[in-house]
Amino acid sequence: MGGSKMDIRTKVSSRKATTKQKIIYALIAVFIVLVPVIFQGIGQLFLVRIMGVVGLYVMLALGLNIVVGFAGLLDLGYIAFYAMGAYVGVIVGDVMLKTFGASFGPWVYFASLPIAALAAAATGIALGTPVLRLRGDYLAIVTLGFGEIVRILITNDVFGLTNGPAGLPRSGQSIPEPFGLLWLREHAVFSIGDNFNFQFSNNLYWYFIAVLLCLLTIFVVRRLDDSRLGRSWTAMREDEVAAASVGINITTAKLWAFSLGAVWGGVAGLTFANFQQFVSPESFTFMESVFVVCIVVLGGMGSIPGAIIGAIAIQGIPELIRGLAQSGILPLDPGQASLVSNYRYLVFGLVMVIMMAVRPQGIWPSARRAMELHPDDEKIQNEESQSLWEAEHKTDTADHDL
Amino acid sequence: MSGDVIVQQLVNGITLGGLYALIALGYTLVYGIMLMINFAHSEMFMAGGYVGLFVLKALTNEAWVGAGAVGFFTGSTIGLIVLFVIVFLAAAILVGILGVVIERFAYRPLRHAPRLAPLISAIGVSIFLQNAVLLWVDSKALPFPAVMPVVTVVKVGGVTVNSLQILILVTTLLLLAFLDTFVSKTRIGKAMRATSQDREAAGLMGIDINQVIGLAFFIGPALGGIAGVFHGMYYGSVKFDMGFLPGMKSFTAAVIGGIGNLRGAMLGGFVLGILESLAAGFLSAGYKDVVAFAILILVLIFRPGGLLGESVVEKV
Repeated sequence: MGGSKMDIRTKVSSRKATTKQKIIYALIAVFIVLVPVIFQGIGQLFLVRIMGVVGLYVMLALGLNIVVGFAGLLDLGYIAFYAMGAYVGVIVGDVMLKTFGASFGPWVYFASLPIAALAAAATGIALGTPVLRLRGDYLAIVTLGFGEIVRILITNDVFGLTNGPAGLPRSGQSIPEPFGLLWLREHAVFSIGDNFNFQFSNNLYWYFIAVLLCLLTIFVVRRLDDSRLGRSWTAMREDEVAAASVGINITTAKLWAFSLGAVWGGVAGLTFANFQQFVSPESFTFMESVFVVCIVVLGGMGSIPGAIIGAIAIQGIPELIRGLAQSGILPLDPGQASLVSNYRYLVFGLVMVIMMAVRPQGIWPSARRAMELHPDDEKIQNEESQSLWEAEHKTDTADHDL
Repeated sequence: MSGDVIVQQLVNGITLGGLYALIALGYTLVYGIMLMINFAHSEMFMAGGYVGLFVLKALTNEAWVGAGAVGFFTGSTIGLIVLFVIVFLAAAILVGILGVVIERFAYRPLRHAPRLAPLISAIGVSIFLQNAVLLWVDSKALPFPAVMPVVTVVKVGGVTVNSLQILILVTTLLLLAFLDTFVSKTRIGKAMRATSQDREAAGLMGIDINQVIGLAFFIGPALGGIAGVFHGMYYGSVKFDMGFLPGMKSFTAAVIGGIGNLRGAMLGGFVLGILESLAAGFLSAGYKDVVAFAILILVLIFRPGGLLGESVVEKV
């Protein structure tokens, strides 16, 4: 018994970074801050933009990861929460602007962010409550239907709030600039030589907001994974009946998964709307939901680095190739460049099929999930039989001692 | 809404319901045997539309089959019937083969995987096929040639029933009756029923499971392909994303009837088609699709076993 407790402790403490890991983290941090500044300086604005969008998708993937990876509930309508966050945030922001006047403009984004998050969480609970009893594949279809209903309602200008296919803000209105952007644009300006002229931009601002939100998400998601709730999700995912019989409240666990997953969708949605300065139902199709599922599956269900790698691979790389071709850096003509982005869905389809057959645990799987999906993995089997043998051996010696 | 309009919507709904029933059978057959939602089934329907279109174009192209053949196909009633039989057979067989190939490569390796794996794989297949058509055929809707003259057969007051609607309904009912007899009366049908009850035990009794699964993946897509051709004829065009909504609605139909239950799928198809057409008449057309999805969600929540299905008990 003492031995197994020690094992758990070492596993937990191994989360503390070693020197090597610290250096890697520092390098990543420098990369995250410096690279977009350089891109901005040399005038390649689209690269900053792509990095910002990748950041939003990392957030979406991490949020969906809570539902799919941790709790094991396949959600094919996750983009509905993204839409809720974007629309509720923009509509509420507009009301705030009207109530408090134009001087409140810089604070609108920050003030509407918690409201967007809450709206998404409430939507998550509203969706979660009726579907609690459903089996995995039925649940997937219900969430798909829910996502489509949300999109159709938005397209049909429900309650006169969403302005239909034309999107928000309505003509003549605009999403106000956030706090600090104006100041940064005027003051964060410098040049190195003739070719490097840096001026702070809208894209850079939202990129850094996205990075900060990603860090917050990663922090929360890691804490969740290790929490009591996170462990009850794991138990529930592996065997719902067994989990219920050891006292886990399945209803609460599922609703927490839905609402906490939805929160990040909502936060990402409002940030997306501000980043774009515009939001329309086109951004919330079923394919977008599949896109995020694909990121999670490809990266590795339940894995945080997996979600980041997945977002870069699936959202970043095709956009990067297209952007580089459009700006003339890559020697591709516009036809070939658009082919890259057209072919990506085709490739994603194939990747999903191949991944499920060859590597269902994803590129960077969480250790636990890999074990579930590949129980016949030799290494794990060896470890298991080793620990079984040890356990038997220990009882044997204990018997002898007695 | 006047009485005539309601009856007219009923007629339209029954026609649509026939198509849903044909597609729903594919979902229910595969679910009954494999316990998986074949998400790619909507693309079988789409593929059927395209195969039908290309075969029809090839057979009415003088450069391909000669002027005499084209004259025969388009000039006489018998020719038209022969033409349509060929078109439908081609769509059924080719799409059926496509279904078998997909099962072999995308689903068979996952037979013992956790339940979500085949679903994700099926979504991948669906995305792949849609985009393959988008990239390699056309991203725009292709017009479906109106070879068959559509004439009004019945006209009572303001209500009309045209020849195409009757053709769809008669063919659908014949196919449903055929499939029902096939599954309940033949030896291989019995093997299918046995496999859907307990795959392992059926295998131990000497039933070739792979053959049964292959057959389910032939018949389902073949029926879906036929529905695709009808859909193309009825709406006058085919498009790469035409499968998604009818596919989702047919899945709804299969669930309404009780998934895994063949007669349930047929019933569900007609129920959904009629409800949807009436909703389009009463509410605005924009909300028509919301109705189908709302019905899907409500049925799954309140009666997941469907109308004719047994209550689904989770096996531990």
